[in-house]
Amino acid sequence: MNAQTPVPSYLEAGHSLRSWLLTTDHKRIGVLYMLAVTFFFFIGGLAAGVIRVELLTPDGDVLSSDGYNRAFTLHGVIMVWFFLIPSIPSVLGNFLVPLMIGAKDMALPRMNLASWYLLMGGGLFTLFALLAGGVDTGWTFYTPLSTMFSNGHVIAVIVGVFVTGFSSIFTGINIVVTVHTMRAPGMTWFRLPLFIWALYATSVILILATPVLAITLVLIAAEHLFKIGIFDPALGGDPLLFQHLFWFYSHPAVYIMLLPGMGVVNELITAAAHKRVFGYGFIAFSSIAIAILGFMVWGHHMFVAGQSMYASLLFSLLSFLIAIPSAIKVYNWTATLYKSRLAITAHFLYGCTFIALFLLGGCAGLFVALLAADLHVHDTYFVVAHFHYIMVGAAVSAFFGGLHFWWPKITGRMYPETLGKLAAILIFLGFNLTFLPQFILGYDGMPRRYHHYLPEYQVLNVLSTAGAGVLAVAYMMPFCYLLWSWYRGPIAPANPWGAAGLEWKVASPPPEHNFERIPTVDFEAYDYPPEATHGRD
Amino acid sequence: MNGFFAHMWPMAGSAYASRVDWMVMTFTGVMLLFVIPVVVCLVVFTWRYREGREAVRDSTAIGNHKLEIAWIVIPFIAAMILFGLSARLFFEARTPPVDALEIQLTGKQWMWKFQHASGQRELNALHVPAGRPIKLNMISEDVIHSFYIPVMRVKQDVLPGRYTQMWFQADQPGTYQVYCAEFCGTDHSAMLAKLVVQTPADYTRWLGVADAPGSLAEQGEALYQQMGCSGCHGPSAAVHAPKLEGLYGRPVPLADGSVVNADASYLRDSILLPQKQVAAGYAPIMPTYSNVLDEDAVVRLVAYIQSLGNTEPPR
Repeated sequence: MNAQTPVPSYLEAGHSLRSWLLTTDHKRIGVLYMLAVTFFFFIGGLAAGVIRVELLTPDGDVLSSDGYNRAFTLHGVIMVWFFLIPSIPSVLGNFLVPLMIGAKDMALPRMNLASWYLLMGGGLFTLFALLAGGVDTGWTFYTPLSTMFSNGHVIAVIVGVFVTGFSSIFTGINIVVTVHTMRAPGMTWFRLPLFIWALYATSVILILATPVLAITLVLIAAEHLFKIGIFDPALGGDPLLFQHLFWFYSHPAVYIMLLPGMGVVNELITAAAHKRVFGYGFIAFSSIAIAILGFMVWGHHMFVAGQSMYASLLFSLLSFLIAIPSAIKVYNWTATLYKSRLAITAHFLYGCTFIALFLLGGCAGLFVALLAADLHVHDTYFVVAHFHYIMVGAAVSAFFGGLHFWWPKITGRMYPETLGKLAAILIFLGFNLTFLPQFILGYDGMPRRYHHYLPEYQVLNVLSTAGAGVLAVAYMMPFCYLLWSWYRGPIAPANPWGAAGLEWKVASPPPEHNFERIPTVDFEAYDYPPEATHGRD
Repeated sequence: MNGFFAHMWPMAGSAYASRVDWMVMTFTGVMLLFVIPVVVCLVVFTWRYREGREAVRDSTAIGNHKLEIAWIVIPFIAAMILFGLSARLFFEARTPPVDALEIQLTGKQWMWKFQHASGQRELNALHVPAGRPIKLNMISEDVIHSFYIPVMRVKQDVLPGRYTQMWFQADQPGTYQVYCAEFCGTDHSAMLAKLVVQTPADYTRWLGVADAPGSLAEQGEALYQQMGCSGCHGPSAAVHAPKLEGLYGRPVPLADGSVVNADASYLRDSILLPQKQVAAGYAPIMPTYSNVLDEDAVVRLVAYIQSLGNTEPPR
């Protein structure tokens, strides 16, 4: 369908700024999102760097305590809402969902563009508030600290996050509607790539959980501005109510960050193995199980908060259950490699980084779900290490892996593979050097969000900061060589990895309307020809 | 060398703490049973089936139900056993023994205040006897704090507007670090305290040396007079107000028809937020004392009301 009359790619469909800023092409919006989250990633990363430098010494000698508290709040708010949540669904999801299901665009293209503007508007406003006045509540905005005792720009930041929430909801709705209505003929649910299943589950969470965050933020503003007693006990409110509402959103939000990453890893592993994924149905339904169970475990953030002991027992039990679908995925990915013809590419290494760090972080998650252990490690560096393994080690590695894997499709260029592998290995090493010491620090009793600490914790903190340095270099590497390759890299063929999937059947980069004719799907997902793996090599 | 390793693992200051450590060790072992095979398989498969290496690739398996069920059921059973173990420990940690020595704690940005039953007050240091269960009754005057004793492996958030409890029993005399574990604003990382565990004899000596203007209940009684509480609640009062003798621990019928137990929380709320729960048969005329009494003072008043305990037989 290509070749005869060369159709201009989506990148060549218009060069003016206007053609980008008013585009409704899902691929261009994906690229806009990529630029946005890259910007926020560097802002959040800069704050992380400042935090790690401050923690080199036990005394607070770089920042004041207020400055330190503002730095980690900025880091958390930016990374969670403006990088992690939009990263995979909005960048890769936008770019790939129509291509993977055989559609010409998302179902609601104008809403798609609107969601980008909401993210940018909310994000820049939040960033301005965080830099101009700062907020010192942590990204969790616990009451009554945030409502009655904070002197930062809490309301402004809340408004920014509130607005951005609608961006999430729009993206979620768009993906759900697109997957339901736009699948090509023959593209049944069980022929969908598992990435789509994961994004679908994520979108359902986005739609159901984000409004609760919005409501909670409105309630905070109402209490702050009009002194209506909702969370503040002095006004007759209940501070634990805030935590219940907040975690009812924020725990599912963890899966908003993680599930798309799991989806990406399915694609990375199968493409590298040139083999159909092992246990397709189990992986697909484990995504759904995670999305459902993810709504029932929020109370495991509150074991020491003063909630009823029996509630804690129930939440702990449910948290153990949610480990099972996650374990299913890991076992199936491993089994997929068995008797495969494995190409050890950069994206495969990112996939392995995801699996290894997710395993460690997930096991650490079981420790904090374990009631008696959590009484000790709650709110210590153990927890900090745990969620960074999941949200950075796993989710960011998946995002980077996905970027590498689909980079030839997005830009039409190849990047230097060796540098890609080197960066993946450096990320793995730097990450572990940064966060493994924090597990020990946490079990040893160092609380989180401490501007200065006791001298006996210094050795491990120095190791962690050294790791952060390695990690910073490792994260800069893809930024440099990917950027270089966009202009100077070798031209990419339509399917450089020999991967299955509709997105690889169109040119790299794809034409403006993806498919000249909507394809008819008469093959299963991960339809690798048997000769790719069979027989002796 | 020894010093370095001491900072890799905190000492266990109680029998409970040792049991938590054992559970964590056991749990780590079980985790490894599940993790190591995955890691080994990942490495071996990657090596053996890499492109360009000769290997038998005769599998057409795209799934295997028996295998899937095995790796769902086995981790499930392991998880349930471990959940049970930890739930038992948790239950213990959350159930203070009835004979525990009760100490009052007030958290405030950014300090810890303690009041012993015999009236001694301390700031950012807590003296307790070894070998005896200690129960802390805790409340915050402003934001949420969290009282965290790493060597005891316990912490509990300290909330404004509501009492929370925690307990521990220290084995050995010594001085141990206490932190605030819930982020509470500017000087969160300076909100530290020392737990000073003494032999029972030393502790008794310390109680004698530490200055105390009477027991907590006696201090509460002085406050009771000073605040004019007796004007309404006293025996000769003209105003119709609930009597406080024998009130503590008894069920109180409320104006809205419900019944509450007159525990410390109820008494506290009645002093600070008197309109919240009005006792049946009384006019809601009690003024709030939230602008004159801090949580420390309320604790003393509650101790006094408690001491009036059973001087009057229950109606």
